[in-house]
Amino acid sequence: MAITASRGTRAVQKAGIRQRGAINSHSPAHRNDGRLAWILITPALVGFLVFVAFPTVRGIYLSFTDFTVLTPPKWTGLENITRLLGDQVFWSSLGVTVYFVLLSVVIGMTISVATAVVLHRLTSSTVVRGLIILPFLISGVVAATTWSWMLDSQLGVVNMLIEGLTGEPVMFLGSRAWAIPSIAMISVWKSMGYNAIIVFAGLQTIPPSIYEAGRIDGASEVQMFRRLTLPLLRPILAMVLVLTVIGSFQVFDIVAVTTKGGPANASNVLQMYIYDKAFGQFDFGYGATMSLALFAMLIIITFLQMRLMRASESDTN
Amino acid sequence: MTTTALGRPEAAPARAPRGRSLSRFGPGRALAWLYIGIVLLVTIFPFYWMLRTAFSNNYSLIRDPGSLLPVDFTWGAFARVLGIASPEQSLAEGGSGASIEILHFLVNSIVYATVSTLAIVFFSTIAAYAFARLRWKGRELMFSLFLAALMVPGILTLLPNFVLVKDLGLLNSFAGMILPGALFSAFNIFFLRQFMLGLSEEIEEAALIDGAGRLRVLFQITLPMTSGPIITLSILGFITAWNDYFWPLLVTSDDSVRPLTLALAVFKQSSPQASPDWAGLMAATLVAALPMLILFMVFGKRIVNSIGFTGLK
Repeated sequence: MAITASRGTRAVQKAGIRQRGAINSHSPAHRNDGRLAWILITPALVGFLVFVAFPTVRGIYLSFTDFTVLTPPKWTGLENITRLLGDQVFWSSLGVTVYFVLLSVVIGMTISVATAVVLHRLTSSTVVRGLIILPFLISGVVAATTWSWMLDSQLGVVNMLIEGLTGEPVMFLGSRAWAIPSIAMISVWKSMGYNAIIVFAGLQTIPPSIYEAGRIDGASEVQMFRRLTLPLLRPILAMVLVLTVIGSFQVFDIVAVTTKGGPANASNVLQMYIYDKAFGQFDFGYGATMSLALFAMLIIITFLQMRLMRASESDTN
Repeated sequence: MTTTALGRPEAAPARAPRGRSLSRFGPGRALAWLYIGIVLLVTIFPFYWMLRTAFSNNYSLIRDPGSLLPVDFTWGAFARVLGIASPEQSLAEGGSGASIEILHFLVNSIVYATVSTLAIVFFSTIAAYAFARLRWKGRELMFSLFLAALMVPGILTLLPNFVLVKDLGLLNSFAGMILPGALFSAFNIFFLRQFMLGLSEEIEEAALIDGAGRLRVLFQITLPMTSGPIITLSILGFITAWNDYFWPLLVTSDDSVRPLTLALAVFKQSSPQASPDWAGLMAATLVAALPMLILFMVFGKRIVNSIGFTGLK
């Protein structure tokens, strides 16, 4: 619609042209802006339409079909949803995923914020901050491979240490109880520094005078952290939290390399299950249904988080 | 905790000149450094362990798994993953039959990451310019439409995009791997537009009055002034593409275009469960991580600032 207006189909859209003319007369430099603008955004617009908007709509459509890629999708209405509700593996996957998200978010956020705050007080050295983001630079596959070697139950260096202390090795990635905590730990190791740097940047925007005032009022370090630092950091913490939760819900590469969902589905996270259904069993319709369900959950969780963080922010002000 | 709270008021004036730093000596500061020391150790140690294992003889690892130095130092593991070791040599050092044509995959990764990054940053930059500087009908509408895309996570578009790439006949090709992410990035456009809005318009206006065309202004004036954020986004984009695993996993079916991350995962899976070639695996992970480590050494400070910078937007 807007395209026709800027191309100027004279007779039909006289009003539109007069309006455009009004803008142009304002500054002659903008005379040919319309055409150029559409040329400049064409690649992005094509990318948006073809690889974001269309797949989103198609993904929602496929959720209600029986689709094996080889034959055209067949509309089955709510059948996939009914199937989802009764699918034990889906619910156990969801449970496993939520467990993973909770572990990695709670532990990850705690260590990231603690590290950022301590670093901020101690040193502004870029070298130290550089070193802690090293794990962010390598791929999940590299991180997972290295840690599965270090956590190996026979030769892994971590188990050497544990055996020295307790006399018994821990089956980190090979036992049902430890699989998810181990994967969460690898994930925290990989993302901690990145989050800490973002929080650190947020800390740098807080004017020191606020702390001076707090100190004059006799606030302790702990009080200042709770009453000044945390509320002032809230927007950044909210962003880091939301991104960590969204990212953690879609964890895949670490699981694929370390446990492949095992042992006995103990680490079969949702993304793994979706991949398995879609690409292992060519059950694309059902895979799309699960993706849609995960998307809906992410929207709700993100919305709740934003509400929660904003609500408590206005409390302190 | 209460005692510190009570003791603080008297201590405060003395520390005031030092601002926000903890007092130079004292238990609090020592404890804080200890904490940072532990964090750094846990962060760095796995990298050292990669190195130590990669230079070890895989057989000898079993004998001395806790040694802090390479066990029976050898370049053998690297020779194995680079495919220049003879089968006899490999077996003698505990390598498995599995090997990895690492140079081939390295080239694939470089092509994939470089082309993806250049394309997405270029297309985002010109789109951002249209949103920041040009006046046209539909601008606000298009911008909010693009921003809405930030809400759509990969999970929803991955499967349909796979079907689309398959329909286009682009499976197992660089085009299929690169195209879906090469044209549009809501975050990049938003980030660059914000920056361009902050630039003074006067120089551009002057150039326009002097008769320069819009495109010339874009490429010769605005682009150089935006080089900071462009480099930032390029670095972050390159890191993301280099480490990408899920999408290439979906669209590739053989080694011809597969990037290194994928090949590494295959190599890990094909290593025998009973006695994996850990030395070979660690040599391969090191090669896979090496470009990132080089990037880090060259742009370390820039990367640190980029991450903080993007977080604040």
